[in-house]
Amino acid sequence: MEQFASLKRSKDGQPVRYLVVDDSVFARKNLARIVETFGGQVAGEAGDGMTAITEYDRTNPDIVLMDITMPQMEGIEAAEKIVAQHPEARIVMVSSVGYQENIVAALQRGARHFVQKPVKPEVLYEVIKYVLGEDVAVAQAAGAGA
Amino acid sequence: MKMELIQPFINAADAVLAQGLQTPMSIGNLSMEQEAYRRKGVAAVVAITGDIEGRIVFDLDPETALRVASFFAGAELPASDDLVKETVCELANQVTGNAVTTLNDQGFHFRVHPPALHTSEHGPTNTEDTEALVICCETARGNVFMNIALRYNVRLPGDLAAAAAGE
Repeated sequence: MEQFASLKRSKDGQPVRYLVVDDSVFARKNLARIVETFGGQVAGEAGDGMTAITEYDRTNPDIVLMDITMPQMEGIEAAEKIVAQHPEARIVMVSSVGYQENIVAALQRGARHFVQKPVKPEVLYEVIKYVLGEDVAVAQAAGAGA
Repeated sequence: MKMELIQPFINAADAVLAQGLQTPMSIGNLSMEQEAYRRKGVAAVVAITGDIEGRIVFDLDPETALRVASFFAGAELPASDDLVKETVCELANQVTGNAVTTLNDQGFHFRVHPPALHTSEHGPTNTEDTEALVICCETARGNVFMNIALRYNVRLPGDLAAAAAGE
């Protein structure tokens, strides 16, 4: 898998911490592998919206990657509840269902961006940089600029 | 079943399988199936409800499912690994989600349900309304069968216009 320049938290230079929410173990593993190529760290995982809310409180991640179609509580509702409690939460919806109504509903209810599955790592990388803005720094490769 | 319903699934399967498996995909056999569905191996079913209703079954023979799951995992998996079933479910989810996105842009509205493992040997008998189209997607890692049974739940704008014109 392609390796990307590491994304580090601007405030302390530590890896960006992710909460990965998807009812598919396969999808969670895939996303975890992708964010590791960004130099990130998976702080927590959840398989449904309810668990995502408690995992957010427990892990306080820098960013959430959230599926939409899930059992018990769907991703858009979970995103809304998380943002209600944590207005600073950065949530990126990651779903195979990418039609306009879904995207608009997610953005209106607190998500910051949307990425359609199958996830292209280069797209997700740019979205994460955009969503985290000044809170993330692209680490220079060792020896760069020497 | 009209081709306008099927083409988005073919396009989505091409996009998802070609990108995920990093190998070209081609369409092999296309056939209509009016008899009850018979499972070939590891299968996942995705239900959709709304303007169009029905279900899509993704079915891979056990060897292909293992090869595909191992490729995605980046390591050889044992046949008993749950990740094999998870992989088939997620592929079904991604192809259906992408197809539904296209159909939604064409004005159809519906809801996609989470994928479920199809464990029984047979499915329900298809009716005239829900006869299934079976599409064989050929890849270098094996064949992926899509069994699509959908029906319109609302009349299409074109049909209404034709009816109003007395055709």
